Amino acid sequence: LSARLQRVLATAIALLAALLLTSVLIRLSGRDPAHIYALLLRGTWANPYGVGQVLFKATPLLFTGLSVWLALRAGLFNVGAEGQITVGAFACAMCAAALPRWLPGPIAVPLCLLAALAGGAIVGAVPGWLKARRGAHEVITTIMINFVVRAAMVGIGALVFERESVHTRAIAPAAALARLSRFLPALRGSAVNLALPLALAVVGATAWALRRTRLGFHLRAVGAQPRVAAAVGVDVGRMALVAMTVSGALAGLGGANFVLGYKGYYEDGFSGGVGFVGIAVAVLGGTGPLTLVGAALLFGTLAQGALAVNAACPKEIIDVLQAVIIIAAAAASRVGARASTPASAAAAPTSNDRGAT
Amino acid sequence: VSLLILGFIAAMVRITVPYALAALGGTISERAGVVQLCLEGLILTGAFAAVVGADVTHSGALGIAIGALAGALLALAYAIVVLVWSADQIVAGVAINLFADGLTRYLLKIRYDSASNSPRIDALARLGSHGDLAAVLLHPLVLGTLGAALAVSLLLRQTAFGLRVRAVGEHPEAAQTVGIDPRRVRFFAVTLAGLLAGTGGAYLAAEQGQFVAAMSAGRGYIALAAMIFGRWRPLAALLACVLFGATEALELRLQGGLLPGWLVQMLPYALTLLVLSGIGGRGTGARASGGPPAALGKAL
Repeated sequence: LSARLQRVLATAIALLAALLLTSVLIRLSGRDPAHIYALLLRGTWANPYGVGQVLFKATPLLFTGLSVWLALRAGLFNVGAEGQITVGAFACAMCAAALPRWLPGPIAVPLCLLAALAGGAIVGAVPGWLKARRGAHEVITTIMINFVVRAAMVGIGALVFERESVHTRAIAPAAALARLSRFLPALRGSAVNLALPLALAVVGATAWALRRTRLGFHLRAVGAQPRVAAAVGVDVGRMALVAMTVSGALAGLGGANFVLGYKGYYEDGFSGGVGFVGIAVAVLGGTGPLTLVGAALLFGTLAQGALAVNAACPKEIIDVLQAVIIIAAAAASRVGARASTPASAAAAPTSNDRGAT
Repeated sequence: VSLLILGFIAAMVRITVPYALAALGGTISERAGVVQLCLEGLILTGAFAAVVGADVTHSGALGIAIGALAGALLALAYAIVVLVWSADQIVAGVAINLFADGLTRYLLKIRYDSASNSPRIDALARLGSHGDLAAVLLHPLVLGTLGAALAVSLLLRQTAFGLRVRAVGEHPEAAQTVGIDPRRVRFFAVTLAGLLAGTGGAYLAAEQGQFVAAMSAGRGYIALAAMIFGRWRPLAALLACVLFGATEALELRLQGGLLPGWLVQMLPYALTLLVLSGIGGRGTGARASGGPPAALGKAL
């Protein structure tokens, strides 16, 4: 427990240090940091619309954060959530647009979610396979695949996007996810939708499966002690393939928030980097599902808060704050866990002792 | 026709220089055992600092020097984060890139009141490698890039410092027992990487004569791909950069006539994936067979 307390303290200090450093930058540009932070809070948690928007921005981060988090538990570093959510969203949009109009929602929505899962899973399976069978380090392959996906989407977009636009055809209305404001009128105007409860359920289910199922136990064993796991008969390579495929599927599912819950189509550049912020969510989130949700909410707050401060101070300062938080959290995460966290094992691109064998 | 070919070579060289400088920096850093995912941010920072530096000092040469130093400074910050605080190198690398992107955009708005680009800085633009092929090839930074590649290759293979870098990248504990301070060597290697990548960014800014938000445009990742493609060897990394530069120059010349642009953009990454998947030799396994340095990414 004391190691855990140390970690919490270290994370708190890291967050404060990040705020302090950013304050210095704001001060240097001749503005009052306290005023900027007040604007940030006023635009987010101070009113129901702001809360709704924070939750909307946190929704894809829950998926990408969970994706990176799950892979980390298995000792793998998935830097490819960006490419995975892109393909997931695209598959989701194509499926939703192709569905016949008479199909009822309870059938249409699961089909589209399945398409999102499948799209992300395929993109995740490639680095998993390269890791398992070729010993190629997943950090490098997922980065490369992000760019392959980005370039491919330019080519595919030219074929399928609506004329004079950078988005796909509109989805069948039945496939849309309802806005939460339909059930909670106070949230009116905000884009938060049923993808949020879905995200929370998926986070809970994944954390449960990781703790309680045989597969989850094997994944964690491979992440914590790959050699021991291999020695007792766990197929380390196969676990890498499974972990990356599931990780990709989780990120891909995040595409539904934008496609089914917000715009009703896939749009070029829709993600706004949620794949990369997902890494931050996973790192700050530590080992538990609740802290993961907390981290997603924090970064959702920053994303929405950036819009609120923009009138007084260039909103890019929030990007800087975000980056400093990630760095501080990464440094803090080593406190109380110096010896062997999954992250430190994943940071070593030596395929010799893992996967390839 | 020969004019076309000369123009093609000039374009290829100009595209290659930032890739090559960054890839060389990445190679030094990773051979010393420190993962170098922040090349993109280092290029961007170098470009921005070069523009502001030239603007303030009215000297293009000083601007480029300031760009290089800014790259070194950011790399030093990265080194402190991962070597002193032992933060995860992958997370820190991704974060440094986000930081550089956010900070340059922020300062662009503060200083030039623009979300997209700085004004043209003539002092810096004059130093771009313009003119015919001879002028491009004799440009100090073009020659310097070639010199840097040879120097890094010699440094790693022939000098005592290079031996230390390699020792620290392969087996820091063993290096330590013979009196080498792994942390100090890694600090030096990472900072040198920042200096080189920052210079690449400064060259890019001189070429374009101004700063444009996110102007690194993935070049740091292409450099990363080239480094792996060249299997962590400086001269091979340079050749990989030339290959990637040549395909891009060809695409520019042909205006998408031969291959669609997106396919050309995909090429460096797809080729690197093929190398990693074992086609034409593997970029994995032990260092002796072309794999990464053994201690890459491991905390001390």
